[in-house]
Amino acid sequence: MQPALAISQLNKTYEGDFQALKGISLDVQPGDFFALLGPNGAGKSTTIGIICSLVLKTSGSVSIFGCDIDTDFSEAKQHVGVVPQEFNFNQFEKPFDILINQAGYFGIPREIAAERAEKYLRQLGLWDKSHVPSRTLSGGMKRRLMIARALIHEPKLLVLDEPTAGVDIELRRSMWDFLREINAQGTTIILTTHYLEEAESLCRNVAIIDHGQIVQNTSIRELLQQLNKELFVLDVRELLSDCPVIEGYPITLVDDHTLEVEVEKSQSINALFDALSSAGVHVLSMRNKTNRLEELFFDLVEKNLSGDKND
Amino acid sequence: MTNQEKWIAFMTIVRREIHRFLRIWPQTLLPPVITIVLYFVIFGTLIGSRIGEMAGLPYIQFVAPGLIMMSVITNSYSNVVSSFFGSKFQRNIEELLVSPTPNWIILLGFVVGGMCRGLGVGLIVTVLSLYFADFSIHSLPITVGIVLMTSLMFSLAGLINAVFARNFDDISIIPTFVLTPLTYLGGVFYSIELLGEFWSKVSMINPVLYMVNAFRYGIAGISDINIVWAFSMVGLFSVLLFFVALNLLEKGSRLRS
Repeated sequence: MQPALAISQLNKTYEGDFQALKGISLDVQPGDFFALLGPNGAGKSTTIGIICSLVLKTSGSVSIFGCDIDTDFSEAKQHVGVVPQEFNFNQFEKPFDILINQAGYFGIPREIAAERAEKYLRQLGLWDKSHVPSRTLSGGMKRRLMIARALIHEPKLLVLDEPTAGVDIELRRSMWDFLREINAQGTTIILTTHYLEEAESLCRNVAIIDHGQIVQNTSIRELLQQLNKELFVLDVRELLSDCPVIEGYPITLVDDHTLEVEVEKSQSINALFDALSSAGVHVLSMRNKTNRLEELFFDLVEKNLSGDKND
Repeated sequence: MTNQEKWIAFMTIVRREIHRFLRIWPQTLLPPVITIVLYFVIFGTLIGSRIGEMAGLPYIQFVAPGLIMMSVITNSYSNVVSSFFGSKFQRNIEELLVSPTPNWIILLGFVVGGMCRGLGVGLIVTVLSLYFADFSIHSLPITVGIVLMTSLMFSLAGLINAVFARNFDDISIIPTFVLTPLTYLGGVFYSIELLGEFWSKVSMINPVLYMVNAFRYGIAGISDINIVWAFSMVGLFSVLLFFVALNLLEKGSRLRS
């Protein structure tokens, strides 16, 4: 089966000799929900820009469902829908017109475009705003409008560059549900995000990019297995004046009813509870404090940074 | 893309362009009409009656074709330059750049949009001019042919200006410092016979002179220059500008990073 996206030895050097991408190679399989993570300036947006032909590559190759973006650009573009980071629609046009025009640029007849525009505007909760100037929409509505626009030609690959930036939690969750739904229907999704919780919740596979290089490319599950310790927050029944001491489990007293405990992957949580019970401390509830993916992300990026310094 | 899909993409751009200038008609259609009416009143009726004849025609009949052509030139140019640069500025040009629409369709779409405005304003001004001047058409094919080619040429020039422009100043420099002097010195208000030999020859390098004269010939049957030569020059410039504009889009100059 052809990969949804195949990137090989991709390089990009901007004017002024800034090398944004240093020969990255990456495959994304059809149907995947893929996260492209990295700190600011790592090369994520450049990669996305090249995929959707807004950025000209210096060398390397990119193909989308087997269509090379250089030699078969028309077919390749038919397969991709892109939601950029910045708002890039005409603020004076109405959402409905924006979608109809975008469909037109893909050669879709107006009758079909009108049906699809209504469908996506309804699904994304924008139908009642479909005929108002788009500059009057809220930030979250504008982001949803760009998702609807990216879907109007029903691409097989949807690329989203930080789609939930600046969106409130409720709206973010509803956008997650929508993205899960279209992914379940067969659309391959590539997502960049600063919310690592978002990547952990939505994506199956991940690539971490830093200083223009892929520093990790694996499944989220395998990535999380690399984490060897977690931090738990325990709410306890007793009023604590001193921090209990349990051998092998570093504990910190947060306040008189709350403890933080560091547990290594090899250690048993049952043993921790037994030890706490023996010390007269009864746990009422427990939660994982660490954003697990965030921990790993920082580890990988820091390793890469120290590697650069050593070079 | 199939030919039918290309046609849909082309018509989408043209329809959007027409919709844009109709939506903002107080900025796009009204000002040129007011300006041209003032020209007719001042240069045609008030001053023109004292001038008498120019190249064998009553002055108002002499200036009318030039004024119509002037409105076609400025509106064709300004529509494309402002629309294309506006799309760059708001970044909604990316909607087209991520689509499979070929560059030559994008180019034609914007250019035909500009021509629609140029010709639309030209038509309105022509109808208004009938109130001030009494003239008939000497040659319809020449009149229509030269006005279409002129509109095409200046729409192409407007797109090239928009591609290079980095800010709003850049889209007003060419109309102010190049287009306006060329138009005013292009035989709209006078016959180049009035100039000395030297300045007559200098005027021959002004492309607007050929357009105005060819158009005046189409309407009134008089011209300072050879009509075949005028058509050839405008045709040559249009072809040249088309390939320059297409090359800029193909390379993605100032459009793609």
